[in-house]
Amino acid sequence: MTNNSWTETTINTAGCELTVTQGGSGKPLLVLHEELGDPGWQAWKEELAKTRTVITPQHPGFGVSPRIDWALTIGDLANFYAQVMVEQGWVGADVIGFSLGGWLAAEMAAQNPSQFSSLTLVGPMGIKPPSGNICDIYHYLTTDYIGMSVANVEATPEFATLFGGEVSAEQFERFQDATAESARFAWKPFMNNPALSHCLALVRDLPTLILWGEQDQIVPFSVAATFNSAIKGSKLVAFPACGHRPEIEQKDKFLAEVNALLA
Amino acid sequence: MHITTFTERPYADVPEDEVIKNSSFFGVSNKFLNPARGGELFNRYLDEKVYAEELGYDGVMLNEHHANPFTLGAVMDVEAAILARITSKVKIALMGNPLPVADPLRLAEELATIDMISGGRLITGWVRGAGCEQIANNVNPTYNRERFNEAHDFIMQAWSKEGPWRYEGKHYEYRHVNPWVKPIQSPIPETWIPSLVSPETAEFAARNRYTYLALATFLPPTVEMWNLFADTAEKEGYQAGPECFGYMQKVVCADTEEEAYELGKNYVYGGGQPAFARPEWMFPAGYNSKAATKRMAYALTDPETNEAIVSGKDASQAVNVAAMRKYNHEVLYENLLRNRQIITGTPESVLPKIRHIMETLRPGVFSIWHIEGGSTTSAQSMNSMKLLGENVLPQMREWAKELDLPGPSEVKPGSRKLPANGKRDPVVDASIEAA
Repeated sequence: MTNNSWTETTINTAGCELTVTQGGSGKPLLVLHEELGDPGWQAWKEELAKTRTVITPQHPGFGVSPRIDWALTIGDLANFYAQVMVEQGWVGADVIGFSLGGWLAAEMAAQNPSQFSSLTLVGPMGIKPPSGNICDIYHYLTTDYIGMSVANVEATPEFATLFGGEVSAEQFERFQDATAESARFAWKPFMNNPALSHCLALVRDLPTLILWGEQDQIVPFSVAATFNSAIKGSKLVAFPACGHRPEIEQKDKFLAEVNALLA
Repeated sequence: MHITTFTERPYADVPEDEVIKNSSFFGVSNKFLNPARGGELFNRYLDEKVYAEELGYDGVMLNEHHANPFTLGAVMDVEAAILARITSKVKIALMGNPLPVADPLRLAEELATIDMISGGRLITGWVRGAGCEQIANNVNPTYNRERFNEAHDFIMQAWSKEGPWRYEGKHYEYRHVNPWVKPIQSPIPETWIPSLVSPETAEFAARNRYTYLALATFLPPTVEMWNLFADTAEKEGYQAGPECFGYMQKVVCADTEEEAYELGKNYVYGGGQPAFARPEWMFPAGYNSKAATKRMAYALTDPETNEAIVSGKDASQAVNVAAMRKYNHEVLYENLLRNRQIITGTPESVLPKIRHIMETLRPGVFSIWHIEGGSTTSAQSMNSMKLLGENVLPQMREWAKELDLPGPSEVKPGSRKLPANGKRDPVVDASIEAA
């Protein structure tokens, strides 16, 4: 599949037929997508692709790339992607992870911080919040969950384009696959690893940015400070009046922060 | 033919409007539970099982659901243990124990205990558990089928293998397996597999030579599943017969047609079975194979109105309680009567409808889903059981002889030989298949 900005290819790597969408040119920027799958080629990616090769692997088992049965936890998936990084020559890339993909990026950094040049976490799962709970996706229809993921649907122009807009039968199946695979990895403890906040102590010299909407209904803002104190030298940027998707809810501020880190 | 009784044993006093507002029995707050009232109901349901034995039913059947007033019995094995002691003849069918949410070793011990106390009257039934049971018990739905298979295999070993031994599987580990309780029925108790027409379950039952019990599903998809069972049996080298098949049917009898009609409305109290649990709870991610999800939607869709009858409405939709109650009691009820999902009447008028099911599906087990719930009184429920027991069951037994429909205690499931050419005979009425 291809359009003007990006291409979709399948590569045989680390024992998996991994589908990857890729656009732009320059130093690789690895994007790790969320629990519902890859929301698509959004405006922020188009912007970053002007100076970076933006690479979004479709996680194994999430409806596009096949499942890897040996991986039972997000930590296992982090190890899988570390193998992919080596095989694909992506070691040293910058990484940005969203929600469950943010948790994945944090696990990868905790296992081996030197595989990245920088780490950006956007509303990451992975640590149990000190107050409030990570939203239980399994109590909601997917469309309702997506609705809860932004603070103000009307004020978010790109909301209608999430996951290609209307829920087609094919997209519905992808949601089913993605949420099922998320459940397989993270049903209990729910969307967190009790050891992660301790393991992140290994991340010392990696430039790290933590971006979080203060009105996040998916992963409570309360846990942002936990991440910030777990990762030495990280910078926390709060987005007032913003939900779980600052990259489309407050794109300009989001891009300003990310560009400053990548510069 | 084995004729057994069943009810969901509901918490009858759950406020109907709360169920309708929630679009689902699952999820209604337990603040509406009065434990003393629940205790009365438990005892009433136990008494009714004893009465069924007196009336000559062959068996009594229990099920379990969790966190749900649709079925008060969340710990079915405790009720079964009581029945093991207070009844003396009936088989006690547990339809079924949800394996993926259980501790398999503990379950093997509980069931063996029931079989021992009852003198070998237990009928075990293995189920995956509804989607909402995975949520209520916090068991990963994506491993549901794996856990089912592993727990089943483990329990078979726990009942047959001399201990002590050690077990390390994917989902369960035990250091010391040596249960000092084992079923009297050897090597395992009689087993039926209840199902909402999942193909994997039909094949599982056939491979293991268990009786397959269709839970009040529409006739055409039920016929398909029984054919799939019979095809699988053929591959396993045996001919499936009536002893391999059971069917559950809602039947309510009263002294007059009008009384029965009114009493039957309690089947749709709060929306009835279709309002068991909302779709996001009924089908959590990864619980079903894609094929099974599609099949279930088909099997539980009214073929005439094309309306799904299993899942409640989307939670995000506003519910007009009065309109929904009226819909349940008028439109839904009439649809279920028309499709014979519910049969109401006097003994004389229900008999031809039961005969139709017996001729079509040729089951060796017939489970009557008695009326309970809503405003149903114990007297009404017991009168229905009595009218059926005294006036309908004898005729059903005659017909079972005429139609040659032996139950699993008369002919062992899996014991029939295939015809000499190795091709199986039909298991359902051939004219139905042709249609």
